Parts: sequence; C-alpha cells; structure tokens
Amino acid sequence: MFDTPKPSAKTLVSVRGLKMYFPIHTGILRRHTGDVKAVDDVSFDILEGETLGLVGESGCGKSTCGRALIRLYDITDGSIMIDGVDVGQMEQDALRPLRPKMQMVFQDPQASLNPRLTVAEIIGEPLVEHTQLTKPERLKRIYELMDAVGLNRRFANRYPHEFSGGQRQRIGIARALALNPRFIVCDEPIAALDVSIQAQVVNLLEELQDRMGLTYLFISHDLSMVRHIADRVAVMYLGKMVELAPRDALYDAPLHPYTEALLSAVPEPDPSLESSRQRIILKGDVPSPANPPKGCNFCTRCPKVMPICREVEPAFRELHPGRFVACHLYDETQQTPTAGRTGGVEAQSTPVQQGENG
Amino acid sequence: MTDATMKADDLPEIAPPRSQWRDVWAQFRNHKGAMIGLAVLVVIVLFVFIGPLIWRIGPEQMPTDALTLIRSKNLGPSWGHPLGTDQLARDELARLMAGGKISIAVGLTAMTLSISLGTLVGVLSGYFKRLDGILMRLTDLFLALPLLPLLLVMVMLFRDTIAHVLGLEAGTFILIVSAIGVTSWMQCARVVRGEVLALKEREFVLAAKSIGTPPRRMILRHILPNVLSPVMVAATLGIANAIITESALSFLGLGFPPDFPTWGRLLYDGVDLMQDNPGLVIWPGVAISLTVLSVNYIGDGLRDALDPRIRGR
Repeated sequence: MFDTPKPSAKTLVSVRGLKMYFPIHTGILRRHTGDVKAVDDVSFDILEGETLGLVGESGCGKSTCGRALIRLYDITDGSIMIDGVDVGQMEQDALRPLRPKMQMVFQDPQASLNPRLTVAEIIGEPLVEHTQLTKPERLKRIYELMDAVGLNRRFANRYPHEFSGGQRQRIGIARALALNPRFIVCDEPIAALDVSIQAQVVNLLEELQDRMGLTYLFISHDLSMVRHIADRVAVMYLGKMVELAPRDALYDAPLHPYTEALLSAVPEPDPSLESSRQRIILKGDVPSPANPPKGCNFCTRCPKVMPICREVEPAFRELHPGRFVACHLYDETQQTPTAGRTGGVEAQSTPVQQGENG
Repeated sequence: MTDATMKADDLPEIAPPRSQWRDVWAQFRNHKGAMIGLAVLVVIVLFVFIGPLIWRIGPEQMPTDALTLIRSKNLGPSWGHPLGTDQLARDELARLMAGGKISIAVGLTAMTLSISLGTLVGVLSGYFKRLDGILMRLTDLFLALPLLPLLLVMVMLFRDTIAHVLGLEAGTFILIVSAIGVTSWMQCARVVRGEVLALKEREFVLAAKSIGTPPRRMILRHILPNVLSPVMVAATLGIANAIITESALSFLGLGFPPDFPTWGRLLYDGVDLMQDNPGLVIWPGVAISLTVLSVNYIGDGLRDALDPRIRGR
C-alpha cells in the first residue's frame, strides 16, 4: 500500500479536458436539441502505483468518467494519455492491442459475469482474446489467477450464480488481472457488497496493488472506504471535478464547500463525537446535467455562494502544490475566508448518505 | 474465505473443466416432459420413416376393379387396414406414414429457416444501432404483408420453374419450405431484438468490450447463448406453424400436388367425410398434435438444460 504518493512516480494516466456528452434528440425529426453533460471538461493525472479515489453523489458522472477513461464510450472531446499513448480519439480497432493495459472492475458482480459461462471461461476470455496460449497453458494461468484472488481452484467449473457476491467480485477482479494490466478502473467495486465482504475485497485490491504495482482509479461514494484505500481523492459534482487533493489534506481541510458538505455526511464511529458532529445539509436538488446553471455548477446549492459564482465559471486550478480546486472563494482577488464550517444548516439528525448507488 | 488459504499443492489433481454437454444431457434427462416428448417424437419419426418398410401397402394403392373399390371405400379399422381406408379405398395407415414424412421434413426445415432468419435479423438490428432502423422497418413490412395471398403468388410464380429444375417433389418441397420460412421469421426477429437490446446494456457485455472482444465473438459468446430461451420457444411454436401453413397451402391446391399425401392434406380431405368416417380426420389430427406437443416439450427441456441457473436444481 502506498499511503503517500511517491513524488518521484511518473504519470501513468493523464486526462485533459475530457468531455462526455450524451446527445438528446427530441421532436418528430429527432433533432439534436441538447446534451446531457455527464462529464464536462475534466482534467487530472494518475501517478503510477497510486490509487486515485473518485467520489461524488449519484449521477455526478463518476462512472461515466471511469468508463470513458478506458474508452467504453466514444468520448466527445479531450485527450486521455495512458502510458504515453493518447487513446482519447482512437478507433476501437486500433485500441484493441492496448486493451490489456487497462481493465475495469464493475460495480454489480452479478451483472458483470455472463451467467452462461463457467468461471474458467470468464477468467479465460481475455486470454483467448489477447494471447496465443494453448489450452493447458491457459488453464494453468486461470488457476494462477484464481489463487491470486483467493478462489478455490475447484470452482473453475462452476457458474456465477453458484457464488456469493464477494466471490463473484473476486471472479471479476481475476478477469481484470488476467492480462497483467497496469491500470484498473474500479467502478464502485464494493457498493453492491455486504460490509464484511467489502473489507475483504478492498484488502484484496490493496494486496494485489502491492504485489503487482497496479494503479487504480477507485470510484466510490463511500467516503470512509476511499479514505482507507486512496492516496489522492478527486471530488466530482455535476460532471465537473471540484477538488483534487492528497487524501489527508482533503479529509482534514476540505477547500471546496461541496467537499465540506460531503465530508460532513460521513458518520463518526465514536458515539460521543458523533453527537457533536455538525452536518452541512445542502438545500435543493442537483440541477439537471442537461441544463447546468450558469457560472459555477454548485452555485444553486452552495452555502457560501457569492455573486460572481452565478456569473463566471471557476477554473480548476492548482491552489497549493498537489491541491486542485475549482472555486471562486480562492481567487486571488477574493479574500480567503477563514476555514471552518460556517455555512449551511447545522443539524444533528441521523446521517444521510450523500450518494447512493449511481 | 477459508479456501483462500488453501495451497494448490494440498489439493488433489483437479480434473480439467468437463464438457458442458454432459451436464446439459444430465439435466435434460431429469426433465420428465422432455424425455416423454423425445420418446414420442422418436416413435413418430420411426413410424414415418421405418414404417413404410414394414407396412408394404403403398399410399396410392387402390383396388383395380370398380366393385372392390366401391366396397372398400371408407372402411372402419380392420386387420387388413388397421386405420381403415379413405374415400378412394386407399390405406389410411400407409397414407399417414407417407404424409408424415413430408410434414415433418417441412416443419423442421421451415422452422430452422425461419428461426435462423429471425435470429439473424434480430441480433443484427439489436446489436448494431445503424442497422436497427432499416431492419425493423423491413420486419414491419413483412408483418404488414397479407401472408396467404403472398404465399399463393410465390407458389404460382415459381412452382413450375423450380419443379422443372429439381423435379416435382424436391421443387415443391424447397418452394414451400422457403415460402413458409420467409414469411414467418418476423416474430422471432422482434423478440430477439428486444432481448439483445436489453442484454447489450448488461455489464458483462461492457466487460467483454473492455477486454476488446470484437462484435462477432461478442455476439456468439455473450449475446446468442443468452437469447436462447425465447428462440427456443419461437422454434417449437414454429414447427407447428409450418406444418399447419403447409396444410393450408395444400388445401388451396398450391402446396404439394394431390398425389403427395401430407398430414395437412389428409386432414382437409377428411373434413367433408368427418361424419361418415371420423378416422380420416382424427388420425392426421392426432399425428400433428402429438408432433407439435412433443417438440414443445423437448424445447422446454432443452431450454432448461441449457440454462446453467436452472441446471443442477
């Protein structure tokens, strides 16, 4: 586990201006009348061997961002450099030889495994597609992978429905590992699992990272889990990245008001502290990504909103080394407010999860 | 998970993955209805194909002199004619055998053709968005066509040409099979398209896409096996449909020529004499129903056996 990002590590994934719009067609002629801006101009880097946590409420574009990154979608605009190769605008055919480098672990372990294939066939599929292994060699590799993720070799002939959720997720991880990838997008890999199984799967992911030097983009709405696994954390709101910072810095002193509100929703295990925890409850709903507000996307709900927020879109910029934020509060011309949870309604109600399954 | 700690060396030698087909067969054998259906179908097929070798009376054989002919018309069951005779004193058992040969062949072939066409169109239009519009409009077009007149026109136009090239029996067979196949694939295509559209959004298809599986293998490995159930149902219904359409065509005089008995023709020929000689209607009717029913049950069993989630229960 790399608890602190190594400054010497080189950049493995570099995303610049990623846009993923889904067109809306209306009317009899199905004219293109607008776009759902699922991911709107997002830029970030992922260093080799680190885990970047990506958090945000449901519908904010986390999963779309992850999927666009490994080009499951044809992106609208932007560049995605993976290990020095720009895969952003590449054709799917040209992309195919690069696929082994980047893999994905899916959210729903039930839906991400073909119910008609055996475990061996599921794990072996990438091997069939990308290697020239003979059948016995392939079987050997499948058994190795099953050992690596802690699955009994004897299960190789079974079908996905015969497994528990945690075991299924292990199958999904084994499939993602089959081709020795360098970069894995974990799209809420633990959201569909029981809490006790969540820990197993997360520990497995960490162990594999140690052993194989993997790089993760860990998408989740579980802030405590992200705190556990991630080295740096990025926060998304309505298709935009609002803050990106090293984990401890972000959790200790969030800069963006949205991050603040999000973090205030994390339940505290200690009951005496929990009773004094002050929630920032955001008012209103998330605006539609098809029609985001003018200026800052968060201006409709921000407790610290200023007039400029409704006019000018804040730039996503590096405030301190390694700390990126998109907020007018930190503009040079503006006075930096005192840190603290001054805005918002304070309440002691039962914690409400900020994000649900997205 | 305790098995995580198990070392590979502790385990006995693991057999390589066994063939799925043995599991499928084992499950199929557990399906009582399917086994009975299979037995009935085998009996019918044996009756139709081996029967004529044992029962030596020909389907067109008639008494030569007029008096015997008149006397042996519309007879009830007897030792000489176990199922009686028809209005021309021909042996009903022999006609049933000869008719079954054609009816079963037409049913199976036309069903195969229509299912293949339907699945092809359905998968293509469901999977490739660009083809969807065109192929579905084509399907609508075929659905909107009045089928019987179309069949009649097809048969009228092409029967003689094809019969010249391939001979009367083979020519008519091919013509009827393709006519039925071409006009009955639409429902299957629609059902398959719907299933494919739903499957395409499932995460395992995305997972395969993230591996870089090309569309051809994606369809063969992930899509087709998962649309098997509706296809199976369409197929079993298709056999019945084909047999009945063939008999309708024969009835209208545009199917097989009158001297080729088929189950459908026997049925229609017998309708006028239903009250005098009910056997003429009952036997072909029973044969068609039994075939359709047994195929239905076999399809049911196959569908269950091919689904790993049901298998082993």
